[in-house]
Amino acid sequence: MAAAAGDSGSGSGVASSSESAARRRLRILSGHLRSAPETHLSAALCRGRAAPPVSSESPPSTLPKRRQEVLKWNGWGYNDSKFIFNKKGQAEFTGKRYRLGGTVLPLLREWIEKNLGGSLEHKSIPRASLNISDVPPSVTNEEFLQDLKTTNISYSQDPEDRIFRAHGHCLHELFLLREGMFKRVPDIVVWPGCHDDVVTIIELACKHNVCVIPFGGGTSVSSALECPTDETRTIVSLDTSQMNRIHWVDEKNLTAHVEAGIVGQDLERRLGESGYCTGHEPDSMEFSTLGGWVATRASGMKKNIYGNIEDLVVHIKMVTPRGVIEKNCQGPRMSTGPDIHHFILGSEGTLGVVTEVTIKIRPVPEYQKYGSVVFPNFERGVACLREVARQRCAPASIRLMDNQQFQFGHALKPQVASIFTSLLDGLKKFYITKFKGFDPNLLCVATLLFEGSREKVLQHEKQVYDIAAKFGGLAAGEDNGQRGYMLTFVIAYLRDLGMDYYLIGESFETSAPWDRVLDLCRNVKERIVKECKERGVQFPPFATCRVTQTYDAGACVYFYLGFNYRGISDPIHVYEEIESAAREEILANGGSLSHHHGVGKLRKQWLKESISDVGFGMLRSLKQYVDPSNIFGNRNLL
Amino acid sequence: MAAAVAGGTRRGTPMYSQKNLTSKKKYDFEDILEERRQSSDLRYAMRCYTPVVYKELSPCKPSAIKTIVLHSEQVQYVIRELSKEMGESPDIIQEEAAEILDEMGHSMHMGAIRFFAFTLSKLFKCLFKSICVNEEGIQKLQQAIQEHPVVLLPSHRSYVDFLLLSYVLYTYDLALPVIAAGIDFLGMKVVGELLRKSGAFFMRRTFGGNRLYWAVFAEYVKTVLKNGYAPVEFYLEGTRSRTAKTLVPKFGLLNIVMDPFLKREVFDIYLVPISISYERVLEESLYAHELLGVPKPKESTSGLLKARKILNENFGKIHMYFGQPLSLRTLAAGRINRCPYNLVPRHIPQKPSEEIQEFVSDVAYKIELLQIENMVLSPWILISAVLLQNLPAINFELLVEKTLWLKGLTQCFGGFLDWPDNLCANKAVRSSLSLHTNIASLVNGQVVLHDTVMGPGAAEETIFKQALSVLLCGSYRNQLLNVFVRPALVALALQMTHSSRKEEVYSSFAFWLDVFSDEFIFFPGVPVKDFEEGCYLLTKCDAIQITPQQIFVTEKGSTVISFLMAMFRPFVEGYQIICRYLSKEANEAFSEKQFIFGVRSFASQLLKTGGTQYYEVLSSDMQKNALAALVRLDVAKRTKKSDGFTYSVSKEALIKTAGMFESRIPVRKPIVARL
Ligand SMILES: Cc1cc2nc3c(=O)[nH]c(=O)nc-3n(C[C@H](O)[C@H](O)[C@H](O)COP(=O)(O)OP(=O)(O)OC[C@H]3O[C@@H](n4cnc5c(N)ncnc54)[C@H](O)[C@@H]3O)c2cc1C
Repeated sequence: MAAAAGDSGSGSGVASSSESAARRRLRILSGHLRSAPETHLSAALCRGRAAPPVSSESPPSTLPKRRQEVLKWNGWGYNDSKFIFNKKGQAEFTGKRYRLGGTVLPLLREWIEKNLGGSLEHKSIPRASLNISDVPPSVTNEEFLQDLKTTNISYSQDPEDRIFRAHGHCLHELFLLREGMFKRVPDIVVWPGCHDDVVTIIELACKHNVCVIPFGGGTSVSSALECPTDETRTIVSLDTSQMNRIHWVDEKNLTAHVEAGIVGQDLERRLGESGYCTGHEPDSMEFSTLGGWVATRASGMKKNIYGNIEDLVVHIKMVTPRGVIEKNCQGPRMSTGPDIHHFILGSEGTLGVVTEVTIKIRPVPEYQKYGSVVFPNFERGVACLREVARQRCAPASIRLMDNQQFQFGHALKPQVASIFTSLLDGLKKFYITKFKGFDPNLLCVATLLFEGSREKVLQHEKQVYDIAAKFGGLAAGEDNGQRGYMLTFVIAYLRDLGMDYYLIGESFETSAPWDRVLDLCRNVKERIVKECKERGVQFPPFATCRVTQTYDAGACVYFYLGFNYRGISDPIHVYEEIESAAREEILANGGSLSHHHGVGKLRKQWLKESISDVGFGMLRSLKQYVDPSNIFGNRNLL
Repeated sequence: MAAAVAGGTRRGTPMYSQKNLTSKKKYDFEDILEERRQSSDLRYAMRCYTPVVYKELSPCKPSAIKTIVLHSEQVQYVIRELSKEMGESPDIIQEEAAEILDEMGHSMHMGAIRFFAFTLSKLFKCLFKSICVNEEGIQKLQQAIQEHPVVLLPSHRSYVDFLLLSYVLYTYDLALPVIAAGIDFLGMKVVGELLRKSGAFFMRRTFGGNRLYWAVFAEYVKTVLKNGYAPVEFYLEGTRSRTAKTLVPKFGLLNIVMDPFLKREVFDIYLVPISISYERVLEESLYAHELLGVPKPKESTSGLLKARKILNENFGKIHMYFGQPLSLRTLAAGRINRCPYNLVPRHIPQKPSEEIQEFVSDVAYKIELLQIENMVLSPWILISAVLLQNLPAINFELLVEKTLWLKGLTQCFGGFLDWPDNLCANKAVRSSLSLHTNIASLVNGQVVLHDTVMGPGAAEETIFKQALSVLLCGSYRNQLLNVFVRPALVALALQMTHSSRKEEVYSSFAFWLDVFSDEFIFFPGVPVKDFEEGCYLLTKCDAIQITPQQIFVTEKGSTVISFLMAMFRPFVEGYQIICRYLSKEANEAFSEKQFIFGVRSFASQLLKTGGTQYYEVLSSDMQKNALAALVRLDVAKRTKKSDGFTYSVSKEALIKTAGMFESRIPVRKPIVARL
């Protein structure tokens, strides 16, 4: 059954048919014909910066320089896409970008009312537009500005541009945008067009002692982009978005050399045009950048096949106040002392700007197939994932949602009967025959994504379902799986809707050894409930988790926390205390400080104990050597 | 003083909060026997029993628990280790483990429970006047059971304790606990089996070094607890206190039950201190014998039957106070390094870190102090305290007067008194005396402690009898000592130093507190808090006045001070005698047994010749405590030999300590306030 559905290509953009494989080969061939694949186009382009030829402009990016033209200035994602309550009081997702666009979600309202005590009557409306006069004025070092002007590198002091780069997507940052103002924002935004531009900017920054904060996609969720309020020097936001070229694709070694400002979706789309992909798909890939991934040690959904960012990079070039750091070759592994890439990966913009990366590429998989499994309870689900990891047969992605999240998924059921029939409905037909023994308040669901050759996928699929069966898991269909992954990109929009109704929420993650996963999940959720109660949150919070990645020795766990803040005078402070308590709980349960979001400023307080005093000292002396004047002064990590 | 304060703040937890001492809600008690006297026991035993359960309980049979334990990583790990070490096949060790489990494992049968409910109703009505329970505590317990796994920690004065506790829980429709009871019970065939079926599980008294036993046992307790299968009950004191003073806590079981929380296998655990106070303890005379070295009869069914004659006696009231459930999570907050178990798999046995050991110890002491705080004191306890200061006899009127005075003082010190306010003092004392006619009686207007009137006769025999009598009576007075010990040690320090300088008084106080820290329960490491509380209580009853640097005894205070001194004199003098014994007689290394024997004959001699009047020194309890104190003070050294421990004394240190014990024994009157 499943195979047939995959073949019929349910319109989900799955590169499934043999036709597309043929097209890919064709494109590759034509590439060969044009010349050698390693075209050194761009290096030449930038040298002539003074009078750049028209063709040297960066390829069109999904996102313009004035990001606010396309993106929300005070919320997540595209301006045209958002959840609203329509005139009938039903939830609806607007816009045409996503498949959920234009559909009504009749159950969401009731879910919000029942589970969070939210109500349409109680609205907390944000201000409609940015009040320019609220934005702290730009205090720019005049000599720096003078020198900058001579370089022809594009820059802006416009308040909108500056405020846009003053934050990431933490709850408190968005809350401030809606109802407050940052105490400190960048004074000037610069858009280098290439590596050499960055070198120039950093030289000027050192010369005039200004502070530089690299800005990639702005999707940080660790307060990494926030300006230190006591920074008195000029703060330059270095926006990498114009460095988005793919310099070359090397099919012999399966690598591509790419500028660090490229956004995930552009990278995959453009590589896809020649039949390749990196396979790196963090949930933020629509907006986050290659440089940002390197700087935060990002992790993609399909890491089981492609690896995390540290497995994907072959070569990194970074501009630091000391000069450029890079390796002299692209050998796949080296024993040359500690790997300098690991000084760069996760450096969170404290050491320099990543400008170019050679990244591994793979042919776009011939065949993709979604799947889902229902387990009688979370414990069995985790046990199954553990076994899958033990047998090292994890699909490209495997995620296990707990019961609350499963129920929440049901609340997002669209009205139209389509692929969007809810998971629960999808289950109903099985229910009578198969799921009788399952308690709907306990069961949980895993979603799967397989990739590879068709034959292999089918084989792999069978293996995984066989393991699942041993843990009481029952296959629950492809649609349910696909829906789960599709929601990934729209879920982030929900928070904005919530905030209009006194509901605030956030997610955070950790990694833990397998034997601690269950206890950790249970204890953290219980801690959240307890903390909420103690801090006067009037309604029980939405505290839920899912296991999003499996490893040989452990798993990545992702928590969602949402609550109704009516009656609380300082909701953000309360929220932060609760998240901080949850983090303490995670640490006490043997979880890590972060699996992929990074430390930023949000989790700094725990870094030292996480990596020992000596480890911390190492990082400190690294910083001391590379950036003695603290040019990269975003104060992350240390 | 500053130095003292600095030295005393090693631990943060404030242990004695002075506000606790004042208000006590004694009228919240409900007598559960009252209803039993009015309605059918059979119906009571057969009624529908549906206790609330832990919210995350996954129901399972006792046999399933055994399987879980046997196959747990913890037990399997130890089996593998032992198999490697001994070259034995793991199967054989596994079998051994299964046997241990069978011997230990409880199984709960409704039939057995109903049988107990019925017979215990009969028995308790016959033995006791009332069983008073604080219902507020019961309600809190009920709540707690649903929220988190619960550990019940009752005081231990009698074998009846655990029967009583289960009985009360059954009465209130609460889950019956699984009890860590000494294995002696297995000797009692029928009863043993019944007990097992009612939920008790059995543990060998000693399993020193038997790693398999320890692993199986620990895992068993944890499994029951973690799954919320039933509350776990055990005695922090480890054994019944023969003296009615609270015994210093044992940490083994507490370590086990705290482990699942420390390893975050559960979110939290509630610890519930329970104080069981008997107006008259069933085993009272047995204890006195034991303390004097007359071997205790082994628990056997026939022994219990012989105890039938006690059924004709009246043992008065029982008070059971269920304390506020303590959240272990709250106790641990800010105390324990966040992740002590992150770097080793949790099933591999690890010696707890010093930090954790200290925490466990603090929790144990805290709970015992709470038990003490909620112990109910009967009038007889006051009477016996007066009586023992007026041997061999006291005029009845005077006794009443002094008892009333002591009542006032006790209340001032925050003692939890159960005084019959509806009776005149005369009657109250009389009624108390009538409950304890085996200890003292009213003859010609004189109240006489039995066997203490010196007469002619074989000296050995008389001394033994007198000692029995004093220890028996003492076991009631002792219950007051917990409430009085802090002010008493301040009084002692005032006397010993013969100074009013606070600093000097404090250092003497701290010395005695250290000396007596096996004898009485003090929160470890904060003597300054004890000192402050002692001073506070003495100020409260106007016995002393305190200036920033000095402490003065008031005019009125000397009565209080003298009383307190006399109350604790048996202990002070007992320790002095023991020191004297050591300096005179003990040259070679000796065992504890030899030591006890030696002290006993040395002290008997003194008693015979009138060298002392304090029979308490004959008590093995005091002798052992004193030995432990001397080890702590580095006077004696304890060495492990193949056949147990031996002790050797450092003469030099002994002379010094003996000096501190003796030298400044008060000869003059205490300084009277000059104000
Ligand atoms: C809805 C949502 C989903 C997410 N899902 C995932 C996920 O699945 N996996 C995951 O790993 N993360 C995820 N994140 C977190 C975030 O997307 C990642 O941390 C991402 O790597 C940040 O990239 P960015 O380009 O947006 O960087 P930014 O947010 O702009 O910057 C992040 C940090 O990196 C520094 N930096 C950025 N670019 C450079 C550069 N070129 N050189 C040096 N330093 C630089 C910045 O100074 C800052 O300190 C998610 C975030 C959101 C909001």
